[in-house]
Amino acid sequence: MEPKRVSLFAGHYGSGKTNIAVNYAFLLKKMGKEVTVADLDIVNPYFRTKDSEKELSEAGIPLISSAFANSNVDLPALPQELYSLVERQDRYAVLDIGGDDRGALALGRYVPFILEENNYEMFFVVNFYRPLTTTAEEAMEVMHEIEDACKMRFTAIINNSNIGNDTTARDVLATFEETEKLSRLSGLPVRMTTVTAQVAEDMKDVENILPMVLQEKYFDINI
Amino acid sequence: MADKVLMKGNEAIAEAAILAGCRHYFGYPITPQTEIAAYMAKRMPKIGGTFLQAESEVAAINMVYGVAGAGYRVITSSSSPGISLKSEGLSYMAGSDLPAVVVNVQGGGPGLGGIQPSQSDYFQATKGGGHGDYKMIVLAPASVQEMADLTIEGFDLADKYRMTTMILADGTMGQMMEPVELKADAVKTYEKPWAVTGTKMARKHNIINSLSLVPEELEQLNFARYERYKQIEETEARWEEFMMEDAEYCIVAFGIAARVSKNAIVAARAKGIKVGLIRPITLWPFPKKVLCDAADKCKAFISVELSMGQMIEDVELATRCKKPVVLCNRAGGMIPTPEQVLAKIEEVAGGIN
Repeated sequence: MEPKRVSLFAGHYGSGKTNIAVNYAFLLKKMGKEVTVADLDIVNPYFRTKDSEKELSEAGIPLISSAFANSNVDLPALPQELYSLVERQDRYAVLDIGGDDRGALALGRYVPFILEENNYEMFFVVNFYRPLTTTAEEAMEVMHEIEDACKMRFTAIINNSNIGNDTTARDVLATFEETEKLSRLSGLPVRMTTVTAQVAEDMKDVENILPMVLQEKYFDINI
Repeated sequence: MADKVLMKGNEAIAEAAILAGCRHYFGYPITPQTEIAAYMAKRMPKIGGTFLQAESEVAAINMVYGVAGAGYRVITSSSSPGISLKSEGLSYMAGSDLPAVVVNVQGGGPGLGGIQPSQSDYFQATKGGGHGDYKMIVLAPASVQEMADLTIEGFDLADKYRMTTMILADGTMGQMMEPVELKADAVKTYEKPWAVTGTKMARKHNIINSLSLVPEELEQLNFARYERYKQIEETEARWEEFMMEDAEYCIVAFGIAARVSKNAIVAARAKGIKVGLIRPITLWPFPKKVLCDAADKCKAFISVELSMGQMIEDVELATRCKKPVVLCNRAGGMIPTPEQVLAKIEEVAGGIN
């Protein structure tokens, strides 16, 4: 399927938006598209797109993020360069929207431009192993809160259900029923299922899987 | 679906508190612990509980005082500067022997400092940030699972000993996401005959108060409280030992510093250096005995901290200065890397062998 010029990733905080946005940008680059990633997260203090700046830069993907990301300045500020994403229609844009409705509020000011151009896909990222979105009904609640905050409607669902390093293919498959239910309730198609490259090995016969490389955290160990 | 959920450390604390029967949260938002308040704001109304964003940290801790006095389980949370504001209330709660759980997800200090992770409130937590002779039980989680488990245990210890338990986490523990299994079977409940619940004209008044007009009586209250503290020091110290069986060098670290240190220890072992870790889980009571015993076997200790060196003083006291104790640290919101800890291990091992 031909990707839209603007791809937006939103969902409950901690649903996996940042990792998916970064991996999706790599995917677009591999398809030969010129792409820019933007970190619109005004909620999370740590673990942001900015952590992947080096990898993105090496792949020739510019990153636009707050000058204050990963610093001690706890200001919900957005960089002015963000307007270039909606104004320069010759490049693809991947937007990582901050957590929940509060994070999505920041998107609002760019929405009129995105709607006018009408060449976008807005993904609702869901992880059914996250405590406040364990059912399709709860996920619908978060979906509506985000849509109300940014005044824009989702166009598709990404199932990113996982329990971190413990995730098996079986755990992911166990969420397909709930994802289908969310699709029925919302009327939105399920565009893909995102898993780590390791889990993807065990899901070769499943359609629309996007294997992902995750952000590295040097303390991310459990001995 | 699997029994585990994927949680942020802050969420794990909030859900574990609810699981422990806590239905009252009072707080004020501050990064990097805000998800605790946000989670409580969503969950408490759905289960008949109270979420209240107070006008300040001072107000919040006094609401905690009131609910604890009425015999209910109650929690508040904040980050470093917010805990300083709560400190007066913590002293009053100690003086009134009130149980509650207080969470500190630390950021760098002093002053307004910053929002990146830190462990520089160790002194404040373990030596008493407020005034007077008092202690809090201080628990230091090193995983999201422990954020949940120690919160449940924190309520248990608080009720058992009628005192405040502090969960001393750092920003990374609050923000990182890991699989968690919530264990309802660990929840214990306690009778609270001292609580202010109304006499129904059937008993004497219960009085919750920290004011004593007679110095002799206040002295007796302090003596009795310290008898209780002594018992806690003897029975409630918790720690984890990692690769200590044959260790010649011992790292002492808690929370995220312990996670980083384990990586360094594995790397050092690969180079033939026999190093292990003692990870205090209770910072008060500090696991003195195991450290004192280790000082008879090990050649040196390395205290790995996200501060200018605070726990190191307790390590020196616990080991009775029998062996050298050196510091390996970062401060102001920075985290030591496994490479930095490994370099310190090699330096200590090279210098003493």
